[in-house]
Amino acid sequence: MADWEMTDNTLLQIRNVSKCYSGLGESRAVLRDVSLDLQAGKSIALTGESGSGKSTLLHLVGALDYYDSGEIKIAGTNLTNLNDSARSELRRNTVSLVFQQFNLVPSLNVAQNISLHARLANRVDQTWITSLTSRLGLTELSDRYPEQLSGGQQQRVAIGRALAVRPKLLLADEPTGNLDEVTSTAVMDLMLNLVHESGAALFLVTHSVQVANQLDRRVHLSAGKIA
Amino acid sequence: MKRAALGALLSHWWRHPLQLITLLTGLALATGLWSAVQAINGEAKASYNLATSEIGARQNETLVPKTGFIPLSRYVELRRSGWRLSPVLEGRWPQNTGSLRLIGVDLLSHPTFSNMVENSDSESSFSLDALSSQEQLFLNPKTLEQLTVHVDLPPIVQSDQIPIDVALGDISLVERLLQRPGQITRMIILPEQPLGLHPLEDLAPELQRQSYDAGQMSRLTDSFHLNLTAFGLLSFAVGLFIVHGSVSLGIEQRRGLFRTLRAMGVPLHLLTVLLLCELLLIAIVAGSAGLVLGYLIAAALLPDVSATLSGLYGATVEGSLNLRPGWLISGIAMAVVGTLIASTQAITNIYKMPLLATPGLQARAQAASSQQYGMAVLGLALMAFGTASMLVFDGLIAGFALLAGMMLGTALMLPLLLSWVLTLGLRNARSALGEWIWADMRAQLPGISLALMALLLALATNIGVGTMVSSFRLTFLGWMDQRLSAELYVTAKDEDQAQKLVLWLTRRDITVLPIRWSEVPFHGTKLRIYGVQDDPTYREKWPMLQVQNGAWDRVSNGTAVMINEQLARRRNLWPGDDLNLTPSWKMTVVGVYSDYGNPHEQAIVTLPVLLRHADNVPNLRFGLRLPPSGVQNLIKEIQQESDFEGITMVDQNDLKARSLAVFDRTFVVTGALNLLTLGVAGFAILTSLLTLWNMRLPQLAPIWALGITRRQLAWLELWRSLALAALTALLALPLGLLLAWLLLSVINVEAFGWKLPMYIFPLDWLRLLVMALVAAAIAAAIPARKLALIKPSELLKVFAHER
Ligand SMILES: Nc1ncnc2c1ncn2[C@@H]1O[C@H](COP(=O)(O)OP(=O)(O)OP(=O)(O)O)[C@@H](O)[C@H]1O
Ligand SMILES: [Mg+2]
Repeated sequence: MADWEMTDNTLLQIRNVSKCYSGLGESRAVLRDVSLDLQAGKSIALTGESGSGKSTLLHLVGALDYYDSGEIKIAGTNLTNLNDSARSELRRNTVSLVFQQFNLVPSLNVAQNISLHARLANRVDQTWITSLTSRLGLTELSDRYPEQLSGGQQQRVAIGRALAVRPKLLLADEPTGNLDEVTSTAVMDLMLNLVHESGAALFLVTHSVQVANQLDRRVHLSAGKIA
Repeated sequence: MKRAALGALLSHWWRHPLQLITLLTGLALATGLWSAVQAINGEAKASYNLATSEIGARQNETLVPKTGFIPLSRYVELRRSGWRLSPVLEGRWPQNTGSLRLIGVDLLSHPTFSNMVENSDSESSFSLDALSSQEQLFLNPKTLEQLTVHVDLPPIVQSDQIPIDVALGDISLVERLLQRPGQITRMIILPEQPLGLHPLEDLAPELQRQSYDAGQMSRLTDSFHLNLTAFGLLSFAVGLFIVHGSVSLGIEQRRGLFRTLRAMGVPLHLLTVLLLCELLLIAIVAGSAGLVLGYLIAAALLPDVSATLSGLYGATVEGSLNLRPGWLISGIAMAVVGTLIASTQAITNIYKMPLLATPGLQARAQAASSQQYGMAVLGLALMAFGTASMLVFDGLIAGFALLAGMMLGTALMLPLLLSWVLTLGLRNARSALGEWIWADMRAQLPGISLALMALLLALATNIGVGTMVSSFRLTFLGWMDQRLSAELYVTAKDEDQAQKLVLWLTRRDITVLPIRWSEVPFHGTKLRIYGVQDDPTYREKWPMLQVQNGAWDRVSNGTAVMINEQLARRRNLWPGDDLNLTPSWKMTVVGVYSDYGNPHEQAIVTLPVLLRHADNVPNLRFGLRLPPSGVQNLIKEIQQESDFEGITMVDQNDLKARSLAVFDRTFVVTGALNLLTLGVAGFAILTSLLTLWNMRLPQLAPIWALGITRRQLAWLELWRSLALAALTALLALPLGLLLAWLLLSVINVEAFGWKLPMYIFPLDWLRLLVMALVAAAIAAAIPARKLALIKPSELLKVFAHER
């Protein structure tokens, strides 16, 4: 294996990662020898056809799933052979996720949802959260519950929740995929601004060329390989 | 992290208060019924302990004669051979207001007597000085209140430690009071014995060893408490169905939350621990509420239970309830353990839950169907196990094993049976809507089947116990007509007055049947022997179960004896067998009669024979035969006669009414528990329907979109749950009848010593069916109403977020 040193501000290193899904007797390679670097505070757009393995790669980086070979390092921590509580700690303290389906907690109101991750990580910075909430235009909606919000509002809450913890790395999987075009552009602009402000690195899966062009780098995934 | 995660978990309940309330109520009901039964049992046990262990020191083994009494010389011999024994003499001591149990012990060697002294009130005149005095009688203050006349009583010392209706004294005093000098009823074998003794079996073959729980009374009352415990367990199990339903729902609904929390870095083990903490919290809150409920139920039922116990077994239980710490702890523990059992499945699912994908609906339906088969197989196995244990063993425990096996087994098979019925319906459905209804019902089955199982158990218990009680009542009524054949029963104050009364009555041509009896020691208990005067009344009316030809002739010529069913079954004595009434008195059994409502063994001989074998046969009670129309007149005449002051009279109708009242009161407890269990089952249905509500919208919305109105859907919901309840009730009927048969022919024989014929009461079943349907309708009405009034936007939401 090639000797690879971590340069000082490399936050995420993906080296030769492969992943198969086995089911119904056959095993299918979804990711093949994927390698990628992301510096702290920088952003990458991941594009590709449907089924090319974008979500799978994002889940691996988010320590939500396990790869078959290769290596992923986040902020110096190697994910290979990490046990559940170490992976949990990584998700809690270093990485944040924004999903396509929002995944808000229906029984918590907007304010509680936004501060949830920060409270879980024991890193509540109230001024930051307050400014975040107002930047996201959610101050008026603080007492509402998710079911009383529109799709765009819900996604803004999800973004607020992910950023409230001030993650080093933000992972977002088509965060505006469920929104109409106008809302989508507004939400995406807001997110990019806020990410920039918080100094987090961004790893974003998107279909939109327009969005992809706004980021530092663009990587195209095709049939499990980086083109 | 922990606080934030726990807060997020608990917030669910905040947003679904109804669900939380059902969960808490279900658990509180379960714990309440269970701990009510436990409180009653505990109270009764405490009373028995006071009654038996303290006085008779029954924790120790005792030595009792096989028949008759132990002569003092025997005791002296055994003491000389080295055995450390403490003698006890016990007998009934007639008083004006009934009689007392008079117990004489050797104050110095008795194992527990001195403890009682130390524990007693300091303000009473108890002291070692008093103890050394052999002329004093120890009584409970309450007993003393009941003794109206104190003349002829030796000096009294009061103590709370002595049970009610018992008088305790030195054996020398007691043998004088009972006029039984040199007699011993039993000897307590003291715990510490010297080494190298000859076995008691060789030294005294005519005596038998008896351990504490071999006591007749405790065996009898044990079975009653076992019945109660079984009932309590049943209600608890039914309550757990509710808990299972709400916990599973609470976890099912929070799958998304768990996933989100995991994605935000809450480790799996912490999540599980937090869920367990949540359940623990719920269990403790609901358990405490259940304890309060249980206390109230127990306090309400205890008077009836003590009536039952004294009516059926002659055991005294005080009518007040005490709080025992053990009871509190065990109630909470039961709630916690029950919650954990009910939620094991849900928690394991969480542990196995993948972080990313959700298993599809189809996969879940498949899992449910394979679960149905698994449950049915387990059910069959339980039924087989119950049957096998009945075939191999006999007795109460085997009876209960069969009972439990059948009940649980059928309940476990219910989902599969119902799904077969629904498949059959689906095959025969004509219209598209009909097809959907059947298919939908089948899809809904896994969610509601636990509640239906609870309903099945509750209904079967109701039918079973109801049939048992009604059959018993019918038999009892017929039996009373035969047994209480005299039109008027009178009791004189003393023998003088009795003689005058008999003379006075015979002059008026009224048949007087003396009711006289004596009690002799018999296998460690007492045998009551009645001496009757031959009369057509007995020959025609006595409620015989088995009788030989010319039986009454042989009784009246003094060669034969009739015995009651209890004696026949316990000692396996039937017509033609010989019975040793005392060591020197043997007679042939020629008939067995039924004798309900009495725990003790009994025999009937002719009066002269009884008088020859027993002294102390008071002649105070009489049954009078006269035309019913003359009864009231006669009562007045006797009341007016100055010689007859103090005579008590009860006419037949009065006595029957009173006996029936006692009978009915006896089963009040059973009836109450029955009804409560049914209520809990109805509640379980409500819970599961509410539970299903959220999952049902996605299934109903498309049908609504296809043009079925919300009202129609609501009615369909109502009919659906009625149909399921009716199907369950249908299955409950044979199960209930089986239960009734078991209770009448197996459990009753063990518990009471008599077997009862089974009668069928279809009207009761109809009433129960209606009740079940009403319960199901009420339970379904809430979700149905919700559905009829639902906003179209709610239904549209289903399409907005395809789940
Ligand atoms: N749990 C799974 N089991 C088996 N195969 C899976 C599983 N999850 C994803 N796949 C397969 O892996 C491949 C990559 O899936 P992935 O979700 O990563 O694609 P994607 O690039 O995110 O697509 P989209 O743009 O549609 O979201 C697909 O072919 C998919 O069918
Ligand atoms: Mg994807």
